Amino acid sequence: MSAPNKSYDPVEVEALKPDAIERMRADALAAIAAAGDLEALTHVKTAHTGGGSPLALANREIGALPPQAKAEAGKRVGQARGAVNQALAARQVELEAERDARVLVEEAVDVTLPYDRRPAGARHPLTTLSDRIEDIFTAMGYEVAEGPEVEAEWFNFDALNFPPDHPARETQDTFFVEGPDGGSESGVVLRTHTSPVQIRALLQRELPVYVIAPGRVYRSDELDATHTPVFAQVELLAVDEGLTMADLKGTLDHMVVSLFGEGMTTRLRPNHFPFTEPSAEMDMLCYVCRGESVGNPDRPCRTCSSEGWIELGGCGVVNPRVLTACGVDPEKYSGFAFGFGIERMMMFRHNVEDMRDIVEGDVRFTLPFGMEI
Amino acid sequence: MRVPLSWLREYVDLPAGVTGRDVQAKLVSAGLEVETVEQLGAGLKGPLVVGRVLTIEELEGFKKPIRFCTVDVGDAGGTSQAGGSGGGTGEPQEIVCGARNFAVGDKVVVILPGGVLPGDFHISARKTYGHTSHGMICSARELGMGDDHDGIVVLPPGSETGADAIELLELVDEVLDIAVTPDRSYCLSLRGVAREAAIAYGVPLRDPALLDVPAHNGEGYPVRIADQDGCDRFTARTVTGLDPEAVSPIWLQRRLQKVGMRPISLTVDVTNYVMFELGQPLHAYDRSRINGPIGVRRAHPGEKLTTLDGAERILDPEDLVITDESGPIGLAGVMGGADTEIADGGSSDVVIEAAHFDPVAIARTSRRHKLGSEASRRFERGTDPLTTSAAAQRTVDLLVGLAGGTAEAGVTEIAAPTEPRVITMPADHPDRVAGTDYGRETVVRRLQEIGCDVLGSDELTVTVPSWRPDLSYPNDLAEEVIRLEGYENLPSTLPQPPAGRGLTESQLLRRRVGRALAGAGYIEALSYPFIGTEVFDQLGLDEDDERRRTVRLANPLDDTEPALRTTLLPGLLSTLRRNTGRGAHDLALFEIGLVFLPAAEQVRPPRLPVDRRPTDEEIAALQAALPDQPRHVGTVLAGARERPGWWGPGHPATWADAIEAARTVAREAGVELTVQAGRYAPFHPGRCAVLLAGEQVVGHAGELHPRVTKAFGVPERTCAMEINLDLVEASGGVRATGPRVSTFPVATQDVALVVDADVPAASVEAALRAGAGELLESARLFDIFTGPQIGEGRKSLAYALRFRAPDRTLTADEATAARDSAVASAARQTNATLRGA
Ligand SMILES: [Zn+2]
Repeated sequence: MSAPNKSYDPVEVEALKPDAIERMRADALAAIAAAGDLEALTHVKTAHTGGGSPLALANREIGALPPQAKAEAGKRVGQARGAVNQALAARQVELEAERDARVLVEEAVDVTLPYDRRPAGARHPLTTLSDRIEDIFTAMGYEVAEGPEVEAEWFNFDALNFPPDHPARETQDTFFVEGPDGGSESGVVLRTHTSPVQIRALLQRELPVYVIAPGRVYRSDELDATHTPVFAQVELLAVDEGLTMADLKGTLDHMVVSLFGEGMTTRLRPNHFPFTEPSAEMDMLCYVCRGESVGNPDRPCRTCSSEGWIELGGCGVVNPRVLTACGVDPEKYSGFAFGFGIERMMMFRHNVEDMRDIVEGDVRFTLPFGMEI
Repeated sequence: MRVPLSWLREYVDLPAGVTGRDVQAKLVSAGLEVETVEQLGAGLKGPLVVGRVLTIEELEGFKKPIRFCTVDVGDAGGTSQAGGSGGGTGEPQEIVCGARNFAVGDKVVVILPGGVLPGDFHISARKTYGHTSHGMICSARELGMGDDHDGIVVLPPGSETGADAIELLELVDEVLDIAVTPDRSYCLSLRGVAREAAIAYGVPLRDPALLDVPAHNGEGYPVRIADQDGCDRFTARTVTGLDPEAVSPIWLQRRLQKVGMRPISLTVDVTNYVMFELGQPLHAYDRSRINGPIGVRRAHPGEKLTTLDGAERILDPEDLVITDESGPIGLAGVMGGADTEIADGGSSDVVIEAAHFDPVAIARTSRRHKLGSEASRRFERGTDPLTTSAAAQRTVDLLVGLAGGTAEAGVTEIAAPTEPRVITMPADHPDRVAGTDYGRETVVRRLQEIGCDVLGSDELTVTVPSWRPDLSYPNDLAEEVIRLEGYENLPSTLPQPPAGRGLTESQLLRRRVGRALAGAGYIEALSYPFIGTEVFDQLGLDEDDERRRTVRLANPLDDTEPALRTTLLPGLLSTLRRNTGRGAHDLALFEIGLVFLPAAEQVRPPRLPVDRRPTDEEIAALQAALPDQPRHVGTVLAGARERPGWWGPGHPATWADAIEAARTVAREAGVELTVQAGRYAPFHPGRCAVLLAGEQVVGHAGELHPRVTKAFGVPERTCAMEINLDLVEASGGVRATGPRVSTFPVATQDVALVVDADVPAASVEAALRAGAGELLESARLFDIFTGPQIGEGRKSLAYALRFRAPDRTLTADEATAARDSAVASAARQTNATLRGA
């Protein structure tokens, strides 16, 4: 690197001659174009724009020129340097793009790789189906009522108009808590339905009462494909002025439409329960064949055994004696109630064939139901 | 209740051509559960006729005795194979028969060539045992009449030779099988079902109980009722001079067979027949075998009775018994005694009992002695008290007519004075119950159809028929109207409840906890709450552990599991075992459910009335008799919490995951748990966390004790958590306050503190936080180091401290001062020294 040569006749400075500047510029542009990668371009940049590059050296010579020559030479060198820098930047962008394209391809992975690092979880379908039924009714203004599973006989039977000798009070149907003497005369049972919650709701709440009572109930049946001693039930109770059996029918229809879709309906058949009068058995239209299998041997339906209807549970108009036991004036208020088993509902709605799969807790059964049902 | 259509038609003129299925549909709509319609004699085809045996030739030389008979079949004989009955030449037919229970002159049932027996058994003339048999003499089984008799059917001598036996024996019939609900006891009779059928078809009923009956005259068999609560009505009639040889006529036997009773003897058959016809159970005593007056009373303690089934029974003082001078001769309404029963050969003089007993007394006796009968079934549901005299009369008439007896003039008729039940109700009550408009006319007509007397216009006074003990209240009458008008015709309307408040906080929390745990990879299990007490030993609980105190069942399904759970872990562990047994490895399960904790002292809840609202004190007393039933959340984990794979190694489920599950639950309730080391079964003594919400212990988590995993047969190092959700919820519920978010830069300072190995990290962190002051934004433990550099029995805990001020950029000096203060606090409280200092 040489210092500016002030002893030279400026006119005689070879490096600032137009030809020389043009040659420097051409050399630089050629080198830039020839740079094959970013590293080569870095070398080119140092060689043609660095402090020791011909154009930089030429630039330094300008100071030695007489004032009248400075402007012209400065303009010439400046234009050359500008062109070189521009070419460098363009080539930089070009080479970076090439590099990126190559590297991203090299970094490609197999996105189809499985990823079961953290095992998945799920809620039990009985819980989520119960939630869904609750949601149907809470959307209508009902509230969810609850009560204990170990329950006083008065709540489970007496207040519901079961006479003292009703067969449901037998040890073959009902689990009795052992009394202090070891016998079954404790006055306490495992609730056989969620109906005691209806009694509690009537005793605790202001009228009118519109509640839905989901929960676990117990009956002394052995576990088999269609029975379980511990099962989930949902009951509904509405007590208000002027409620009718037609309101019961409409509420049931609304529920099956909400759970199974448009066009579903229910049917009532007379039956007898102590806590309702009139009482009915409720059936819903078979959601699979919609009744079209009836009398149609070519299209048999397994779900309803070609009956067209599926038995759901019991319902009726709240027996005024139940209202009386809860201190509700049956002259002023009336109500309706229904109840059904969620397992059974689930077997229909989700095509489950064996009750044991629902109760045994095998994760292979529960997992596919996920968070909601 | 089995109802033959042919018998039903005796009381109701069903439209011609109506089938059993049609009647079934009508009755179902009216509320009778007709379960099946059995087709009797399906496929049966004649000629099937009455034959008279003319000759019998015993054929020798065969493996079994064979008879070659000639049988007079009237006009039916000599027909071609394709012919019908009655068109024959009248010649006797030659028939080979393997049965021997008949003699020359007997009337038998003969199927001739061309006939078809049930089971698609076609009859033709065929060669057998060296003779051509032109037909077959039939047994009861072959005719589909029942299978309790050996040999062929021998008809009564009076049967007309050549008559069509299909008609004579009513072989083709339909039988409805009805599951009668407890409120419809009157439908345990032909009379009752006929009433429903008559209403359903809108035709009149011929009531078989409408008989002229003589009044009590003091000359009948003496009866003394000592217990009018148990027996408010007793009719006794006597028939003498019965022909002991008389047998039940075909029609009577056939009807009994069709309703499912076996014909036994004329007297017994007649009482059974009348019971099915009228619903009134009857009992016939051999008069020569009763001593002195018939009595009705409760049994004396220790009294014994041998019932008709041969069992000797020790009577209870609550049992209602029929007595004579010798003591009990029958369990009233349930079963007679062996000593006074009608002898096999029949009795010539009988006393007929038709009584009305208290349903509850009969039900209790039946249950107590595990002895049910057709009679007790009817009595315990309630019979028609006004039918006793008609039923006795009907029985007398049949015995006189069929066995040549004489009805004695003496009639005993004891009846406590009773008034029919009267219900008053507004005429529009059924309309208001149904939510539709039937109108007064319809209401009155429907009530009259079921047998009520109805008076009044706006307010109806309804007198209930004696056979409907179930009708007591206006709603009972409303149900009758609504069912007869058809439940299927009810409108469908939707009531509008007032605005509700949605789910409660507690219900929302439960859902959030379920979702959070499922989101964290746990699968919900719902175990049965039944446990055996040996699980407490398996859990390694101390003898005085509170969880050993259980609520026990008097009648558990399985005697090895007589108690209710006090902890969710046994259920979760057995579900875990079931899953691992079926080949699953990496398992995380959770359960949300109640546990049952007995009160300190078990009290019996008071017996409260139901004719009024119980007082608050009474409700509290009921509540106090119930065990505490808090809601717990439990989890168990086994195998890998994170599986190994192409991404690298996995990591096993550990005590830390179990504690984190508890934190996950608590966070949903807005509670940050405090964790302390503890010792608590069933956990590993060095890997057990006590979980606190504030000062309150709410649960435990950690790795299970190796003895516990072994005892339950679950994988080693299984981890678990159980927390009382009610307690967690109670300590939460504080609404989160919106934090003020500072936008000034953070100043980070790392410190490594050396403490004794047994100093809990939580204590060190608490000390740091306490000393750091308000500028501390977070303190995070990012490394633990032990080794020779630190020294034996010591550990180094490295924390990243982040400081930030709400209103300014912290200077380096400020951050350092805060850090020094934190370290000084840790030094004071945990003897920590700054590593390298
Ligand atoms: Zn179907």
